Amino acid sequence: MEPSLNDLNEPHSMGTTIIGVTYNGGVVLGADSRTSTGMYVANRASDKISQLTDNVYVCRSGSAADSQVLSDYVRYFLHQHTIQLGQPATVKVAANLVRLISYNNKNMLQTGLIVGGWDKYEGGKIYGIPLGGTIVEQPFAIGGSGSSYLYGFFDQAWKEGMTKEEAEQLVVKAVSLAIARDGASGGVVRTVTINSEGVTRNFYPGDTLPLWHEELPAQNSLLDILSAPSPEPMST
Amino acid sequence: MSKATIDLPPKGGFSFDLCRRNDMLSKKGARPPSYRKTGTTIVGIIFQDGVILGADTRATEGPIVCDKNCEKIHYMAPNIYCCGAGTAADTEAVTDMVSSQLQLHRYDTGRESRVVTALTFLKRHLFNYQGHVQAALVLGGVDFTGPHLHTIYPHGSTDTLPFATMGSGSLAAMSVFESKYREGLTKDEGINLVSEAICAGIFNDLGSGSNVDICVITKGHKEYLRNHLLPNANVYALKREYTFPKKTEVLLTKITPLREKVEIIEGGDAMEE
Repeated sequence: MEPSLNDLNEPHSMGTTIIGVTYNGGVVLGADSRTSTGMYVANRASDKISQLTDNVYVCRSGSAADSQVLSDYVRYFLHQHTIQLGQPATVKVAANLVRLISYNNKNMLQTGLIVGGWDKYEGGKIYGIPLGGTIVEQPFAIGGSGSSYLYGFFDQAWKEGMTKEEAEQLVVKAVSLAIARDGASGGVVRTVTINSEGVTRNFYPGDTLPLWHEELPAQNSLLDILSAPSPEPMST
Repeated sequence: MSKATIDLPPKGGFSFDLCRRNDMLSKKGARPPSYRKTGTTIVGIIFQDGVILGADTRATEGPIVCDKNCEKIHYMAPNIYCCGAGTAADTEAVTDMVSSQLQLHRYDTGRESRVVTALTFLKRHLFNYQGHVQAALVLGGVDFTGPHLHTIYPHGSTDTLPFATMGSGSLAAMSVFESKYREGLTKDEGINLVSEAICAGIFNDLGSGSNVDICVITKGHKEYLRNHLLPNANVYALKREYTFPKKTEVLLTKITPLREKVEIIEGGDAMEE
């Protein structure tokens, strides 16, 4: 079945797997990096974790345009709010701003978001804001098309009071499991860890991720071909 | 009798008044005129010293090539250029409009335009029209923060990439980039890579064709190489002018000069203001 050229006029959507997890002292946000236009991967290395303030980040899923514009608006309002308040905005305020825009424009927007960050009053917090604009504060949240494959996994693997390393490993494992099963998720795994010390961005390319059931190791992959030294000249 | 309705001033935006009529006509079998689209292959890469943009030059109206050598690389600012794919009218109009906005912004700020400014103007406009303005753009330029390359989709989403392709020939061009792109290309290597990618689109995509246009933007300098490559020369075109046989036979040529009639009025009034 040849891919139709009409697909290139489909709206740009992020199939996506997005995750937000709290741990003892902060939060870890994770996402895949695939943006698709119909059946074509328009961007295989997109960054779905956008900054709202120094201490609050948001994972975006659904329509790429809607989520980008929404996070731009929230960043702008939060900036004003921070100036007026005189101190960093709390995660709750950021999440509620996202919720207000999402709920009041529910007929026109198609985007699910996970807001996560750290502030000095409540510590690390995760808020899930799915389609429709509800706001739910959760110890961990998952979203996007790939999240369907992770509900059971988190029920079993999530526990209270993890360390930073455990939380990050959990997020990377979960995103890579979703990538293995969901066609609309793929590329690399990006994580953002936010705690009292600040923000750390991490990047896990495909070849560092574990292989799951029936996945084969890469052979003659582009990575090998491009980084191979040029062949020796033949000699008799 | 007072008028029951007030004449409202015309609102901006699209008028969907004729949509019902068009629906009715197409149900009766009348085919609507097809839009002039730029089928297109447009690409951009970031190389060592800046950005290189490339485009083909075919514009189509349905199955017909209406312009064999159109310009798809539009000027936005002295340091920013934008390739456009999709409906030709939309790409022209939106890039012209944002180019004017950027000029006014330059007068306001007194500084060289930044690529993210052009990006924000374009994405806001396209998002506000919810995808009805069908313009898919590759925006590239060099400002004081460095070289930038962005793609902008008709619904208003944007991506920032080291190499990008858009248009119907984007898959063919992307295959060339994915196999041959690497960081830190020199200018000649970059121009060759971009030409190869556009040629892949020209030869493998029906909506793209004719020639290759290239635009190289570096810090403080730009080179617009219009028709850098002409891989589809019109070999069988006539070299001489077209002469058509004269239709009317001339039987007699007689020229009669008209007698001039000049009246001289003595002592007339002088002209007054």
